[in-house]
Amino acid sequence: MQVTALHGEQDGARPDDAGREPLLAIHNLSFGRDDVPLLRDLQFSVATGQILLIEGDNGSGKTTLLRLLCGLLEPWTGEIRWQGRDIRACYPDYLRALSYVGHGNGVKLGLTALENLAVTRELAATDGQTDLTDILRSMGLAGHVDSQARSLSAGQRRRLALARLLFSGKCLWILDEPLTALDETGRIMLKNLFNEHLAGGGAIIMTSHDPFSLPGGVMVRLRL
Amino acid sequence: MNSQPSAPRAFLALLRRDLLLGLRYLADLSNPLLLFLIVITLFPISLGPDKSLLQSLAPGIIWVAAVLASSLSLDAVFRSDYEDGSLEQILLSPYPVIVLAGAKILAHWLLSGAPLILFALLASVFLYLPESAILPLILTLLLGTPVLSLVGAVAAALTVGLRGSALLQSLIILPLYMPLLIFATAAINHAEQGLSIAGELYFLGALLMLALTLAPFAVASSLRIRLG
Repeated sequence: MQVTALHGEQDGARPDDAGREPLLAIHNLSFGRDDVPLLRDLQFSVATGQILLIEGDNGSGKTTLLRLLCGLLEPWTGEIRWQGRDIRACYPDYLRALSYVGHGNGVKLGLTALENLAVTRELAATDGQTDLTDILRSMGLAGHVDSQARSLSAGQRRRLALARLLFSGKCLWILDEPLTALDETGRIMLKNLFNEHLAGGGAIIMTSHDPFSLPGGVMVRLRL
Repeated sequence: MNSQPSAPRAFLALLRRDLLLGLRYLADLSNPLLLFLIVITLFPISLGPDKSLLQSLAPGIIWVAAVLASSLSLDAVFRSDYEDGSLEQILLSPYPVIVLAGAKILAHWLLSGAPLILFALLASVFLYLPESAILPLILTLLLGTPVLSLVGAVAAALTVGLRGSALLQSLIILPLYMPLLIFATAAINHAEQGLSIAGELYFLGALLMLALTLAPFAVASSLRIRLG
């Protein structure tokens, strides 16, 4: 495992020496499948305003690591600490602050974009102050609010999945290949959202197959 | 509407979502019910229109058909959520998974169990079920079909994402339904003979309470295991 800090605005911002309380700190994390180790002694942390890009070949365990960070998988050893507490000790609080977009969009094709987002918001336990139509508009789905998701293209479904990042109170975004199926406009839009989120004190952990850079953001790379 | 998010609101939102999807995919909803009716019509055709024979077999036929129809619809309870990533979102909700699992089970019962009761009334006509047995039939179905959904959801959660999950589910749940079948058909038979059926109904009620208490926990744990 190798962690490198990319030189963004804050030169040499390493995960542990930023002088801030890390939002998420990972200690000696190990995991494997069927007794075969996949991730060994991972040690890293993510602070507010940082984006952690997890890189690795196919099968290197990127998605597995994200699922571990979400608590969907139990690590073999090690711990994941959210604001200094083990996530298992404060799991509901952790989930309230977490927004996860995985490989699957979590979008029901038989529901309209608005209905999809409304259900996701209830499940995400976020307050209802942000207007859902506004969220859809800012994701470039203004003309599809009442269209069933089955009539949306793959990229539009991805945008709909990513729309739940805009619910309020979600300061940690964990994203598995968020750029998949997005067109150039969508990618630019997403990067703008990333920058706004980081500037607002949020943090992002993501994987990407494609070379990914975020001008203006403090990016840390983790090579599996 | 109160804008504060809460577990009951998440329960209702998920219930509403599943009901909407069920009504929009009418084929998924109606196929098990049609199977129920077709299985029942096979009996008068194969056994002949012997009124007393059909009458004596009617409780068993209706209940076996109900069990088959219910198990046919179980595979769909979690499969699409598993495939499209919605299940991850459900497990990553800050609310207790048992509450959300409860919403899914209730939606399954409303879409498959409750209509079955209406279809059973129709089926009882085909099988010459006497009038005195109609109310007991409805009562046993009212108490029994939620058990089918609750116990079935555990099997559906245990096998979600596995190859051949539908068959595996049937193998897991059909033996578990035996006590239900025994007491439900006994109640209807006894009612036909003019005997009291309170004992059977109490037992079905106890089964329902047991399933209601344990199944949501089992479903939540099974889903965590399957996604882990």
